[in-house]
Amino acid sequence: MSDRRAVPVAERSPATGTTPARPRDRRERRRPSQSSFLSRLRRDWQLLLMVVPALGLLGLFHYVPTLWNMIAFLDYTPIDGIANSPYVGWGNFVYLMGEPAFWHAVGNTVTITAFQLVFYFPAPIALAILLNSVLRPRLRAVIQNIVYLPHFFSWVLVVTVFQQMIGGAGLTAQVMRDWGMSPIDLMTNPDTFIGLVTVQAIWKDAGWGMIIFLAALSTINPNLYEAAAVDGASRWQRLWHITLPGLRPVIVLLLILRLGDALNVGFEQFILQRDAVGAGAAEVLDTYVYWLGLLTGDWSIGAAAGLFKGVVGLILILVANKVAHKLGEQGIYQRS
Amino acid sequence: MSTVTQTSLRPVWDEEPSLLGKIGKALALALVTLAVLFPLYIVVLTSISSAQAINEAGGLVIVPNGFSFDAYAEVLGGGVVLKALTVSIGITVVGTALSLSVTAMAAYGLSRPGSLLHRPLLFAVLITFLFGPGIIPSYIMVYSLGLLDSYASLILPAAISAFNLVVLRAFFMAIPGEVIESARIEGATDFQIFRKIVLPLSKAALAVIGLFYAVAYWNAFFNALLYLNDSGKWPLQLVLRTYILQGQPMQTASGVMDASGLGLSAVPVTSVRMAVLVLAMIPVVLIYPFIQRHFIKGVIIGAVKG
Repeated sequence: MSDRRAVPVAERSPATGTTPARPRDRRERRRPSQSSFLSRLRRDWQLLLMVVPALGLLGLFHYVPTLWNMIAFLDYTPIDGIANSPYVGWGNFVYLMGEPAFWHAVGNTVTITAFQLVFYFPAPIALAILLNSVLRPRLRAVIQNIVYLPHFFSWVLVVTVFQQMIGGAGLTAQVMRDWGMSPIDLMTNPDTFIGLVTVQAIWKDAGWGMIIFLAALSTINPNLYEAAAVDGASRWQRLWHITLPGLRPVIVLLLILRLGDALNVGFEQFILQRDAVGAGAAEVLDTYVYWLGLLTGDWSIGAAAGLFKGVVGLILILVANKVAHKLGEQGIYQRS
Repeated sequence: MSTVTQTSLRPVWDEEPSLLGKIGKALALALVTLAVLFPLYIVVLTSISSAQAINEAGGLVIVPNGFSFDAYAEVLGGGVVLKALTVSIGITVVGTALSLSVTAMAAYGLSRPGSLLHRPLLFAVLITFLFGPGIIPSYIMVYSLGLLDSYASLILPAAISAFNLVVLRAFFMAIPGEVIESARIEGATDFQIFRKIVLPLSKAALAVIGLFYAVAYWNAFFNALLYLNDSGKWPLQLVLRTYILQGQPMQTASGVMDASGLGLSAVPVTSVRMAVLVLAMIPVVLIYPFIQRHFIKGVIIGAVKG
């Protein structure tokens, strides 16, 4: 990204504003030496100073807590503190590996990710294609704005709205009672929970996810459609042979990134509904860590489960990016 | 997308869809739109319905049938919701101001090509995308800083979003280098350039990022659940979760209100609950039209340059 400024425009005067005696080209980075470091420090200290508050906050609430994952190797209690807690090596991990509840949470997480890949992932694509076929710009903008809106609502709000619509005391139950039927409560049913969370995710985020596909659709050359139409391709044939191949790079990239993120299924959504549905269906890795560590006081085992998730997640993301780069797409941490 | 013209919206090569196709598309669009709007309509309508309308409907109101703003008077007259509302507004205002200023400074500090250490520092920011510290270590950190049950615990741990920082940096980098170089030749320091040139040129971008932060602070609930034992300090989202989603008895202006609605003569518990939902929703809905276009631009820049 330094390319666009790679041509020296003017000599920089020192920050103090004194005479620019020596040429101080900041872009001459080929000859690193002690003196150039010092002169660059003298020139750029204000820039560095401006980064300090942000790095301080990241340090305090990101880097240092990351180190504190070491309690996964201790038998930690807040009273003893890190210094006095006994070292147990891999003991906590060994315990977890033999713990059915842990594997249950892993299984739920992976099942929900797989389910959402099939049922959530296509929703924004379908929505984008549908909206892209709306020709009147005003109508299209109105619909677009309506479907993004829920993305900006909190999960608490979304789950509460769902509860009011399809919960035991919600609108559908109320209407069913009016019609003399026995009401159903979809908010507390463990059997349908996986469908419920997917519908919630679609309601909240499909409109938002659509944006990137709309952008991709707008880059497809209209001449392709015209040529295909002249050659006699029907509407559906054009969709299949032009639109979907045009979206392919974005679809592949997002699919790979989603796989890299397989252990994240949306913590807040699940912690909010775990009580109502029960751990059987709603326990995912994140909620397991939370309940184990903070509610039952098994700090170290909870941290071990969290670290397990973090490390596996990191590996998945790195592999996913590697694959994305191999396929010629941009990953999330492309070289800047 | 701008291939459509004033005279004919449909390109010449595109055949007119069949009547069935048109109906199907209209139905699909109506379904998608109503799926979003209908629940919101029910929530808002019930919150402003009279006690009689709610009784006749047996709970949530579908058809307007008499209005009353008593539910809002009830929750805004005192009690936990009013308190939580002030907490949420305070957290959002203070948090956004802090996050935006710290993020903007860092984004500028990392936006000058070739500046000292900017690559490793940028890397240090980006790495937060890849690995989060986890719930328990974060909790221990807040605990050992003595920040449990403080408002600071709702702001500081989430104050910097690497995503927002990268997006803002991309905006700053798009400012023509000549503008900044010429100021430098005039003898301006980086502080001065940031304050007098970069910030005024980036008002729209700063507004976008500020609103990103504001929405995040307003919507945050888990930090409060984790760090605040004192329910008197709860923000609105946690109040929403505890008293509406979980249905625990709630303190309002005229007393404690539980699921049966007993203890309150005039205002039905249903409309009070819907009023709390509306209060949690309103700030987002109000800023949304002003910002949604920029949000989308920001997302695409973030996706492209991230």
